[in-house]
Amino acid sequence: MPWNRDQMAARAARELKDGYYVNLGIGIPTLVSNYVPEDVDITLQSENGMLGVGPFPLDNEVDADIINAGKQTVTEIKGTSYFSSADSFGMVRGGHIDLSILGAMEVAENGDLANWMIPGKMVKGMGGAMDLVAGVKRVIVVMEHVSKDGSSKLLPKCTLPLTGQRVVDMVITELGVFEIDKKGTGGVKVIELAEGVTLDEVRQKTAAKIVG
Amino acid sequence: MASKVYKDAKSALEGVARDGMMVMCGGFGLCGIPERLIDALRESGVKNLTCVSNNAGVDGAGLGLLLATRQIKKMISSYVGENKIFAQQYLAGELELEFNPQGTMSERIRAGGAGIPAFFTPTGVGTIIADGKEVRDFDGRQYVMERGLFADVALVRAWKGDSAGNLVYRKAARNFNPMMATAAKITIAEVEELVPLGSIDPDHVHTPAIFVKRIICGAPYEKKIEQRTTRKAA
Repeated sequence: MPWNRDQMAARAARELKDGYYVNLGIGIPTLVSNYVPEDVDITLQSENGMLGVGPFPLDNEVDADIINAGKQTVTEIKGTSYFSSADSFGMVRGGHIDLSILGAMEVAENGDLANWMIPGKMVKGMGGAMDLVAGVKRVIVVMEHVSKDGSSKLLPKCTLPLTGQRVVDMVITELGVFEIDKKGTGGVKVIELAEGVTLDEVRQKTAAKIVG
Repeated sequence: MASKVYKDAKSALEGVARDGMMVMCGGFGLCGIPERLIDALRESGVKNLTCVSNNAGVDGAGLGLLLATRQIKKMISSYVGENKIFAQQYLAGELELEFNPQGTMSERIRAGGAGIPAFFTPTGVGTIIADGKEVRDFDGRQYVMERGLFADVALVRAWKGDSAGNLVYRKAARNFNPMMATAAKITIAEVEELVPLGSIDPDHVHTPAIFVKRIICGAPYEKKIEQRTTRKAA
């Protein structure tokens, strides 16, 4: 059985290490915070200017001035800090954040990432995604393995406009976990398969070069 | 010294609001936006504005108000997903749009306010954002040159302010406001509370008075929330 959204998020959470400062994107990546292992203590950064992001508030705790980058109301925790957008992206670009987990439309075998625009459609903008992938130490993409028409989202080369070049370290899909050779000659290495998923199925659904 | 305190947003914009000006607008989504000043800008009727703002408001709030009246010619933003009017005007070719990565945008504003005309950033190398811009190698890595931004007017929102113009922001409503306050010929601040001079601990000032030319108290506020997300008590 391929993994569902929660299982993908739970698998991504196993990549977290104690003491990590982490930025989570919108969608499945947000779910990762529900699966942080008990012996691991991480701090969430939200690029609108908050370090130490707590869970959603109780109904009577809602504060319009405490939001995350998805504009959702959140809460403070002990040790939370606020700062300007310039300071926030100083943290991001300066390599102070350990891990970014985000969604994608396409990932290429050399680590190129496309997740912000489809030509011809109304484009909402890249927000902070280009800064995050350019600056954060490690980038994990959590996405569906294939698009709605069945075509592979892991490609030899991205067809959509890029968000970043050679930036993705790992991809987690419903089929398994894949390491991307972003520094070398490129290639997708299968690290783990979801229970019941075969290597043949992965090969069949992956356009990118599978190595190792 | 002439007082920086104006009685309301309308009077604070007098002699400042002009057709074709570049105006920076603080806020992230609807959090920390200068809503009274945006209302007054709408009332003033000035047109052909270039607005520098992370987002473009929503229909009926924030810069969505100025889009509805077609006062904005161009937006410089990182993310504009939240309103229909924006999409309509953009797709009809009536609105210019320049996307900046959020960190690039905030740094362009910071640089502009600090007298730095350009800087190099790793963000956007190899993407369409770098098209037509200088790309240079530093220590084996590529960086793209981005320009500082300096506007005619900056409209910012703070929590507390004093008559000198010192500002303190509240929580995540800080966002773009501190940089924007530094990056315009005239910065107008609207605050939730105008406090007596001397009552803000000097160590707690976020924006020093020198950057703020005019200040108004916009209270009372009813703060809008874009995504009210809650959890149930355990």
